[in-house]
Amino acid sequence: MRRAVQKLALVAESATACSSLHQQALAPLCTSATSALAQGASQSPLCQSNYRGRVFVPASTRGFAANSHDLFNQHKDTPDNNADNVFEWTEANLKRAQDIIDRYPPNYKASAVIPLLDLAQQQNYGFLSLPAMNSVAKMLEMTPIRVYEVATFYSMFNRSKVGKYHIQLCGTTPCRLQGAQHLQDTLEKTLGIHIGETTKDGMFTLSEMECMGACVNAPMLAVADYSGGVEGYSYNYYEDLTPADTVKIIEALRKGEKPKINSQYRNKAEPRGVIQDGKWTPSEGTLTLTTPPRGPIVTNPDL
Amino acid sequence: MALNMQRLGRMLPSLPVSRAFSTAAGPAATQATSPTPPSPPPPPPPSDTAEVFVDGQPITVPKSFTVIQACDAAGVDIPRFCYHQRLSIAGNCRMCLVEVEKSPKPVASCAMPVMPGQKIKTDTPLVKKAREGVMEFLLINHPLDCPICDQGGECDLQDQAMIFGSDKSRFVETKRAVDDKNLGPLVKTVMNRCIHCTRCVRFSSEVAGTEDLGVTGRGRDSEIGTYVEKLMQSELSGNVIDLCPVGALTSKPYAFTARSWELKSTESVDVSDALGSNIKVDARGSEVMRITPRLNEEVNEEWLSDKARFQYDGLKRQRLNTPMVKGPNGLQPATWGAAFEAIRGAMAGAKGDEIKAIAGKLTDAETLVATKDLLNRLGSGNMKHEDDVAAEPVCADVRSTYLANTTVMGFEQADAILLVGTNPRHESPVFNSRLRKAFLDGAEIASIGPNIDLTYKYQHLGSEPAALSQLLASEHPFLEKLKSASAPAIVIGPGVLRREDRDAVMRAVHELVDKAGVVRPGWNGFNVIHDSASRVAALDLGFVPSASARSAPPPKVVYLLGADDWMDREVPEDAFVIYQGHHGDKGATRANVVLPGAAYTEKSGLYVNFEGRVQQTRAAVPVLGDAREDWKIVRALSEVLGARLPYDTHSAVRARLAEVAPHFALINNLQQPVWLNGEVLQKDVPFQSPVNNFYMTDSVSRASAVMAKCILAKQEAKN
Ligand code: SF4
Ligand code: FES
Ligand code: FES
Repeated sequence: MRRAVQKLALVAESATACSSLHQQALAPLCTSATSALAQGASQSPLCQSNYRGRVFVPASTRGFAANSHDLFNQHKDTPDNNADNVFEWTEANLKRAQDIIDRYPPNYKASAVIPLLDLAQQQNYGFLSLPAMNSVAKMLEMTPIRVYEVATFYSMFNRSKVGKYHIQLCGTTPCRLQGAQHLQDTLEKTLGIHIGETTKDGMFTLSEMECMGACVNAPMLAVADYSGGVEGYSYNYYEDLTPADTVKIIEALRKGEKPKINSQYRNKAEPRGVIQDGKWTPSEGTLTLTTPPRGPIVTNPDL
Repeated sequence: MALNMQRLGRMLPSLPVSRAFSTAAGPAATQATSPTPPSPPPPPPPSDTAEVFVDGQPITVPKSFTVIQACDAAGVDIPRFCYHQRLSIAGNCRMCLVEVEKSPKPVASCAMPVMPGQKIKTDTPLVKKAREGVMEFLLINHPLDCPICDQGGECDLQDQAMIFGSDKSRFVETKRAVDDKNLGPLVKTVMNRCIHCTRCVRFSSEVAGTEDLGVTGRGRDSEIGTYVEKLMQSELSGNVIDLCPVGALTSKPYAFTARSWELKSTESVDVSDALGSNIKVDARGSEVMRITPRLNEEVNEEWLSDKARFQYDGLKRQRLNTPMVKGPNGLQPATWGAAFEAIRGAMAGAKGDEIKAIAGKLTDAETLVATKDLLNRLGSGNMKHEDDVAAEPVCADVRSTYLANTTVMGFEQADAILLVGTNPRHESPVFNSRLRKAFLDGAEIASIGPNIDLTYKYQHLGSEPAALSQLLASEHPFLEKLKSASAPAIVIGPGVLRREDRDAVMRAVHELVDKAGVVRPGWNGFNVIHDSASRVAALDLGFVPSASARSAPPPKVVYLLGADDWMDREVPEDAFVIYQGHHGDKGATRANVVLPGAAYTEKSGLYVNFEGRVQQTRAAVPVLGDAREDWKIVRALSEVLGARLPYDTHSAVRARLAEVAPHFALINNLQQPVWLNGEVLQKDVPFQSPVNNFYMTDSVSRASAVMAKCILAKQEAKN
């Protein structure tokens, strides 16, 4: 264990060293490693390097793993995630797990791996520790590496400790166009953390996600609530957000209240409107696609 | 679809396709190209075949073929990275794109089954452009470190980039960087170079059967590794080095020691176990730089065990390079003449069976026959192999009783296999991968013996011979299984031959053979496997104690032919010991006279593997110092002792070998032995494998630092 911590410290050291190097080949190394440092202490030494006039984003906002929360696609021992930790299914969850397994033919047991990992993640306060994944592997008679492959592939599986509320901000184009960047700035200011980090009190983890399919109500964020185990687990979308709404939601969550879910301004499709310049702007009629489409555009004259 | 592809991959025949299926150009074309036309193989029944056109040339192939196989059969090279004929199909590198008529886009030929009448085009501008595109993508994240890469010169990516690569890159972003993984003392990783072909992953899960490698993460961030840092658990792990098409996985011991173009290759045979894997010994000057496998479908396919591949550093340590004679100050270097004189002096006081020879694990057949002839001339029949440890020597009369009669390749047909007292995973890892292949094809396997992970599922029927009796006595389900199987096989391990109750166990096994019909017309499922390279040759040549020698008094002179694992009772305190061999191990320490011999990489010698196949090693490097080829030493000594052996050349010794046992004349051929058919069963003495430490079994591997590292790494992994 001690070895692993030392190793991390080493990586971190070399990362700080490399921030002064303007060497592009090292940049990816130092981005992931600095964020490793940032995990421990929430203020991160910025790792910037100039390459043909481009300035790289602060290191802690870019990790290497499939989601912005886990930094590595390999396991690194930490005090709360190593082979010596214990993961025991609760009585109720064991039954749930069995129900899930029963849904699949016995010779295709492995099909249950995703729902089971999800269950284990809920029970384990929001992240899959090594023992949690191993117990899923054992239950499904899979070799552990096959389970690790699945867990590292999907961004919704966390492999390092997260806060009670996992705030997942959509960062894909439609949401961006509607002001996701403002939400990000607001969240970072309110919570005092960057994307990929957890608040000191362990309440919130902030992540960036790809499109979650709610673009019609962009911008949006999703909150996974791990404060109450499997029974109290919820995964809610908050849509049509202004920066002010976002702050309200955070405050409510902090107080343990249940903020309004889904769109903050409409019920189903009504009333019409969009978030514009950080404000809810009602609109009459169609805002886009108002002219007839231009005819088929053919680039290949032979067709 | 993916599943289908996998199954397809497993069904692929392992024969080189171009030979198995004639092109439609007909016998005339065949005759023109090959000087001795073999009678053309009967074409497979038409319903299973399809005629396709590769660049206009018609060719008939089985319907189960993929487009890439059809192209291979037609002799058209398709570039590839992820496709490997012995692994399932992944279709993820896209390097093998070809054009198929009527299909709008180029298709990945490795993953596309052939269709009758398909027109495949491999040399169109579209294909070239597609491959160039793929190559550009592959090179995006590949580091430009060929000059310091061990794969340089034999790298698929380098070679194909010469053809399809561009001279400059359009990629101006940051290349990705990936952590190197620690896979143990054998496989070195530089993961930045990985192109994610997943050959290594498929190898470890399909062939090696130890699923420890995987792809973690996704997209640009995916990487190959074990997720939790750990050793590759397989005894075949070195093969991923050959499989990796780039320099991501290379050999740790070989790292930075040589470049591929400096090496001189010699085709040879491995002696680290009794399978006789075919190898290529790569040497630079007088030094063996590395050992890699050589294709032989019937023996090792293209795999090699880690011991065979990495023990070569042992050839440079602890070597005996000059004759030595023991004086008051211990062993002192001497001349050959002085050493022979000392032997003559000692031999004078011994007569008949008082002279004893013990053959070691690595002794070649030439030396065995020369020693046997010499001892017979001196009136002694007192000779044995060091593996023959039971009180009664193993009977060498009937060849089929100590061979793997099914043959290694034959196991692919077996559908029920019983292992008796064997741990094939350590006794012969490459053979074990054949058993695994049979298992994957549906064979049911049961074992009476050590209960260990054999890399496949098996029923453990018990650890002691009692389980054998039970199997015989009752209507045991596995007995029924053997009876109803179409190709049942029994594998007896080398540990059984070392047991005091060997004959009783063998009798029980023979009873089982009869009861279950394991030997039937056209199928012989009775197999004995061995663990040392010289074992079968010793039995074939009758290198066993004669009737009189069994009751002989303790020997006065003991001639150790590289034997290091004898028991103390066999070499009496006061005996004069001659050690002829290449490593200073236990035998040399005890010796009165040391005669330096040649290691297997330094001589041409015959070895017989456990299926009875005679194969030869070839000299890749010169012998060390004053050492000599072993049979020559025996021949020279015979002259000094006044019992001159009648052969002066290597070919004359080989002729003598063939005289003693005719199959020695048929190198690389397999002579099927004829099947012919006394003790108390020690019911509760558990079966044990003689190989309790896979990485160190003979004097070469014991001298190897790499093997020592492997043992340490395994121990650490256990703690
Ligand atoms: S390490 Fe080599 S064999 Fe394995 S996926 Fe990468 S390139 Fe392929
Ligand atoms: S882009 Fe944000 S939900 Fe689709
Ligand atoms: S060889 Fe066909 S996709 Fe890789």
